Amino acid sequence: MTAARGLAARLEGKRICIVAGSGGVGKTTASAALALGLAAAGQRVAVVTIDPARRLADALGTGELGNEPRMVDPAVLEPHGIEMRGELWAMMLDPKATFDGLIDKLAPDARTRDDVLGNRIYAQLSSAIAGSQEFSAVAKLYELHRDGGYDAIVLDTPPSRNALDFLDAPDRLTDFFEGRALKLFLVPTGIAGRLLGAGSGVVFGILKKLTGVNLLDDASVLFRAMGGLIEGFRERAAAVKALLADPATTFLVVASPEREPVAEAIFFRQKLREAQMAFGGLIVNRVALLGADEHADPVAIRAALRDGLGDALAAKVAADAEDLRLLAARNAASIERLKAALDEPDPIVVPRLDGEVQDVDGLLVLYRYLSGAAG
Amino acid sequence: MSALLERRLLVVTGKGGVGKTTVAAALGLVAARAGKRTIVAEVAQRGDVASVFDREGSQPFEEVQLAPSLFHISIDPQDALEEYLRDQLPSGAVAQVLIRSRIFSMVAAATPGMRELLTVGKLWELAQLDRRTPGADAYDLVVVDAPATGHGVAVLTAPRTFAAAAGGGPVARQGRIIDAMLSDPEQIAVIAVAKAEELAVTETAALQRSLKERMGLPVERVVANMLDPDRFSPREATLLQRHSVHPAVARALRGHGRALRQRAQLARLRKLTGQAPAHLPLHPGGPDLDLLADELEDQL
Repeated sequence: MTAARGLAARLEGKRICIVAGSGGVGKTTASAALALGLAAAGQRVAVVTIDPARRLADALGTGELGNEPRMVDPAVLEPHGIEMRGELWAMMLDPKATFDGLIDKLAPDARTRDDVLGNRIYAQLSSAIAGSQEFSAVAKLYELHRDGGYDAIVLDTPPSRNALDFLDAPDRLTDFFEGRALKLFLVPTGIAGRLLGAGSGVVFGILKKLTGVNLLDDASVLFRAMGGLIEGFRERAAAVKALLADPATTFLVVASPEREPVAEAIFFRQKLREAQMAFGGLIVNRVALLGADEHADPVAIRAALRDGLGDALAAKVAADAEDLRLLAARNAASIERLKAALDEPDPIVVPRLDGEVQDVDGLLVLYRYLSGAAG
Repeated sequence: MSALLERRLLVVTGKGGVGKTTVAAALGLVAARAGKRTIVAEVAQRGDVASVFDREGSQPFEEVQLAPSLFHISIDPQDALEEYLRDQLPSGAVAQVLIRSRIFSMVAAATPGMRELLTVGKLWELAQLDRRTPGADAYDLVVVDAPATGHGVAVLTAPRTFAAAAGGGPVARQGRIIDAMLSDPEQIAVIAVAKAEELAVTETAALQRSLKERMGLPVERVVANMLDPDRFSPREATLLQRHSVHPAVARALRGHGRALRQRAQLARLRKLTGQAPAHLPLHPGGPDLDLLADELEDQL
């Protein structure tokens, strides 16, 4: 089951690789392994992870990392037989710090910045960042791409259940900042009526009743302060959107051969098509594979082992083989389904490994599968 | 189990990929078998619960019957918003104006945390004995197939966050009412699903801490899911080592290695959470809900 075409070939000429898939399929380790492999081969690579395993971060010596990339010391990798010809940089995304940093950069003056950052609603909402993680991730990606001088950036995406959140993030933010909602808050009377047409007076009255005066006042202050940032936000969101659609940007989809990750991968591929964004390939991770004797049936196994192991133990081994056969068959069916639905005849299949990938050696093993060197 | 089924809300959460949806569906089945009128509510997903029951995904927001006493709904924040507006506003015409103007929708779509608030508002509504949805029957129990760990806590804390941000007015008042239910251990229980893997165990312990800190709630039960069979005794494993040239024996030994690693993680899970987890096996041919429900009945 060797991948005919490894990832390195698929990523030729790509500068940004976004690794997507549902939670728990191994996106973070795949991103780290890929970045490690590309860096070892001579590129200057940054990997942006969202919430890496503590031990993985420790293994790369990036445990105490902040919101900026730090170079992984080649001396950490050398004992594992890695000759680092390029540079590996790693960072862990801090969504709130990224968002705050963006406000800081885009604010026309210190007072506007302080008004926004100090606003009660902003403080509450930006720390309950469930919805802004996706935007922070792409905003950070953009900054690294523009200012970092990297040959390649690998972005591990947030553990969002809905991949759409990610692709839509720039649009949603633009909508918000330049949208009618904002104008309504900015100019609640007079002009709003003309902008929005009949009914907006009613709308505003209802909004006020529902949300309460305090909320409205605070929101109004926040949005007025943010008014000075609109242009910057709009430009940034447009640039981020263009970057996602750039020919040098590609999306890798990771799935494990279970029902939900398969459905998510199919859904995401469809969304990529609709958004006309590049699909760089499919990785199917943690696949139960059968060896060469896959046709050995439980009865034959039990008979063959009875003399050496005794019948009871031979029966247990046979039961184990039957479990594996069922699992492998189910996994193979999932892969066939993915191939057809994603229009990807040649996915990269990574078998279940012995133990979790959480150290440099584990990443190396994983990279050998990703690059097509192992099979 | 019976104590769990007396709650109004069972929230099933855990790291991505640990099988939350399957466990939520199996819990729903257990409750339905016990005669509880039960609804399994999935949050911001696309018909996963229905597909576990081999059903087509329902229309979002439709309460669909899956089995006797067992229902399902997929909660979409936009529908929740529209329902909320219709419920809150004095006339349907006014609600229509507001929905059509899309202003509220845009604010909701772009405001971090707002979608969580709307979602949890609908969960609260489903759990009311006196439903606000016109003509809707009450449920004895709402089982929530919640988002993955971090986001799951964000959903539960959304009403509190918004009430604090709003200060006064209807949103804040309603936020506090919903929060009162979500933080009442008599009415809600959180079930954490984990795999016997390092990361999932670590995340379960983190969930337990953050739930305590932010909601004052315990993790009621931990469910260790998708466990490989732990077949061989140490003596048997030694004997197998001597026959490892046979491919089936070699594979059985690898499986045994997996089982040993899982055993160590289960011990860690028990130590970190201070409770004995329920054990659910991996079904190699695909999860069998009836069997999983049997296991949960025995163990919870």
